[in-house]
Amino acid sequence: MMNGVDNEKRRFLIKAASAAGAVGAGFLAVPFVSSMQPSAKAEALGAPVEVDIEKLEPGQRIVVLWRGKPVWVLRRTPEALASLVELDSVLLDPRSDNSEQPSTSKNESRSIKPEIFVAIGICTHLGCSPVYRPDIAPADLGSDWKGGFFCPCHGSKFDFAGRVYKGVPAPVNLVIPPYYFASETRIVVGLDGEKA
Amino acid sequence: MKKVFALLLLCTLSLVCRAESGVKPQHADVDVFDQLSVIRGAGYFADYCLGCHGLKQIRYSRIAKDLRVSESKLRELILFGDTKIHEPVKTAMSPKTAEVAFDVVPPDLSLITRARGADWIYGYLKGFYDDPQRPFGVNNLFVHNVAMPNPLWPLQGPQKPVMGRIDGKLEIVGVENSGHGAMTGAEFDKAVNDIVNFLVYVGEPSVLQRVPMGKFVIAFLLFLTYLFYLLKKEYWKDLD
Amino acid sequence: MSDKAGSFREWLDERLPVTKFLEDQLLKYYAPKNFNFLYFFGSLALLVLVNQIVTGIVLAMHYKPAAELAFDSVEYIMRDVDWGWLLRYLHSTGASLFFVVIYMHMFRALFYGSFKKPRELLWLFGMVIFVLLMAEAFMGYLLPWGQMSYWGAQVIISLFGAIPVIGEDLATWIKGDFVIADATLNRFFAFHVIAVPLAILGLVVLHLAALRTTGSNNPDGIEIKKNRDLMGIPKDGIPFHPYYTVKDLYVAGLFITIFAWIVFYSPEMGGLFLEHPNFDPADSMRTPEHIQPVWYFTPFYSILRAIPSKLGGVMAMAASIVVLFLLPWLDRCPVKSIRYRSPLFKIALTAFVISFLGLGVLGTKPVTETYTLMARFFSVIYFSFFLLLPIFSSVEITKPVPERLTEPVIPLSKREGFQWRLIEEGIRALQDSPQVERVKDAISKVRGKITGR
Repeated sequence: MMNGVDNEKRRFLIKAASAAGAVGAGFLAVPFVSSMQPSAKAEALGAPVEVDIEKLEPGQRIVVLWRGKPVWVLRRTPEALASLVELDSVLLDPRSDNSEQPSTSKNESRSIKPEIFVAIGICTHLGCSPVYRPDIAPADLGSDWKGGFFCPCHGSKFDFAGRVYKGVPAPVNLVIPPYYFASETRIVVGLDGEKA
Repeated sequence: MKKVFALLLLCTLSLVCRAESGVKPQHADVDVFDQLSVIRGAGYFADYCLGCHGLKQIRYSRIAKDLRVSESKLRELILFGDTKIHEPVKTAMSPKTAEVAFDVVPPDLSLITRARGADWIYGYLKGFYDDPQRPFGVNNLFVHNVAMPNPLWPLQGPQKPVMGRIDGKLEIVGVENSGHGAMTGAEFDKAVNDIVNFLVYVGEPSVLQRVPMGKFVIAFLLFLTYLFYLLKKEYWKDLD
Repeated sequence: MSDKAGSFREWLDERLPVTKFLEDQLLKYYAPKNFNFLYFFGSLALLVLVNQIVTGIVLAMHYKPAAELAFDSVEYIMRDVDWGWLLRYLHSTGASLFFVVIYMHMFRALFYGSFKKPRELLWLFGMVIFVLLMAEAFMGYLLPWGQMSYWGAQVIISLFGAIPVIGEDLATWIKGDFVIADATLNRFFAFHVIAVPLAILGLVVLHLAALRTTGSNNPDGIEIKKNRDLMGIPKDGIPFHPYYTVKDLYVAGLFITIFAWIVFYSPEMGGLFLEHPNFDPADSMRTPEHIQPVWYFTPFYSILRAIPSKLGGVMAMAASIVVLFLLPWLDRCPVKSIRYRSPLFKIALTAFVISFLGLGVLGTKPVTETYTLMARFFSVIYFSFFLLLPIFSSVEITKPVPERLTEPVIPLSKREGFQWRLIEEGIRALQDSPQVERVKDAISKVRGKITGR
């Protein structure tokens, strides 16, 4: 039926056409896949949030919404800060080696400035929002409680720097979001620093 | 000035001489890739239009990105007050105030050039003339008894209607400029053209990506089709 | 094939007849060897269908089918969604090209008699797909909720109101409200995204199954199965794979290139593919100056407008489509292909095509006395084609039909008739003209530079 079929040429052409077709298909897939990324609207709604801390009292915590998540801004008292160094033995990850925080917050106080604590208020266990418990040694939390955050859903405990206690369901410390000080009294949550 | 006047007279004369349907359509020189023109247009829009008309479909951040304008420059040009850069371009005028002032809410202009055409907008903006019967003292060649005052009046100066006979009826067929505007005729035409360019851009900002990309896509597809052609020819040799 | 792949195939074949199916449909399915340009629109239609579905799915992730939100959600797609503008243009261009392809596909059937016995069911399935496609496009057009979307739908749905007795109630039931409103939009969305695409897919499967059963027609209109060789293979048939897979691939490449040119350089197509008034949000208080349907509906819209009565117009429009369903029984000529039919049929078909195009153009124009007269004239020709067909086709003088297939495209020299002689002379004059000589010279010079000779 067919004589002198140049199989070499056919194989080459099939390979070339398939390769080019695959490249084309790859390019074609990009818009379809990218379109599912957060749109400009989502990015606008998820834009950095400014927080004014001029009137923030020591021991006071405010909650703002950033990207749909609660973000705590707390002005820690000197006593609260002092308690941080005493807790290393009861904490799972006192050096924050396994937790999520910007480089500016990888320190003892897990913050840029020691007095101001910024964290995402979502328990790292299953997502409930822990309660602020600055009170020392209350009845329900025991005499060793030096203050911090307590998650009522499954009993996870975090200190004033959001570090998780040993023996609780939550596996890692609370997440610290990117933020920076636009001025002494203004924090911008959502960015590491002023955009160029 | 005299030359401009003579030119305008000639244009209006040609308008009069047109036998068919009265007003001669104007032609805008649209080029959204002329970034400076679009930026100027944005400035004019902010000064003369944004007070009543919104551009709610586009965000300031998009304008900054497409026209390569920094946030600070944008804040001088069109982004005023406390408005954040990622917000859509909205007008400060509330619909209630607008209804009271104009009887109609000034429409959002995001898509006006896609709906009416750039040439029409160009002609419209240049087509205002004095009409003492109207509440704001002006009428327009392209929209009879228009509810809108002429926002560009300071730049253009007053215009008078030019009458002509169409099918025996006396009708307005053009306008004649008084020459008293802050801009000359040519300067004004350029300014209106800039506004139109800006509005064309706002109508479809993605044109700035789509057109440059086209040649690469088509080149690749032609190459791919050529490979398919060679493949087809090779196999169809069997049947000769 | 590698060992692993081979045994996987065996595992599969024991559970699902994959190999057999692929063999039957591709390697052992013999198609006529002389398919020409008109024969590629079927596979192109399938390509466009896939495009509409895939782009439609991604668009539906962002589109909001509520009257308050729909228009803005389309602009959201065009501006805020990454690559949204491309997806939107792919979908809108695809919709228009779908009809270009389908009209060419249907024209092929008229030209070569592909609707005749034994392919009547194939034609009927195709006609049902066509009606579904029109419904799909009509409902899809409401979704952007622009002025033309709203008012176009208003006009068409009010046509249902023309049906005696049940009309008004029917129109209200369709709308889900007393006027076109949010309820209408939402249900059109459900139909457009789910119901009608499923129906179309089902019918495409039936359409292909019917085609597979009878085998394809061809430009000569003869049945290739009548001439088999000793192995039972049609002498004039070639296996679909590799010959037509490879040729369809090439044609698809050309088509996609044209598609891309439109998407990147002219997605509005001068207001034909994306109509200008539709960039104005729907306003129930303000009717646009000219309400016209999208270009692919204009022929039928013209017929509707040509009849002075509302019910009459609706019936005429419906009849213009019903009459297409009846075609296999209206055309009584046993000869399928136009190549062997009478000059009378050729003139009739030409007149039909001209009237269809004429009606199409008129449908884009406003109503005037002259235009209405022309629309009536063309409508008469349109219907005459179908009504006179049974009369003259049974007594048509046809040419003898060959036993074996001839060329895909009959070369100019073999064509009979004075019009072809004129064309031949014209082409010869052009070829000998000094301008063409100069072009030929330039090309050979460039060639010489490239090859170094």
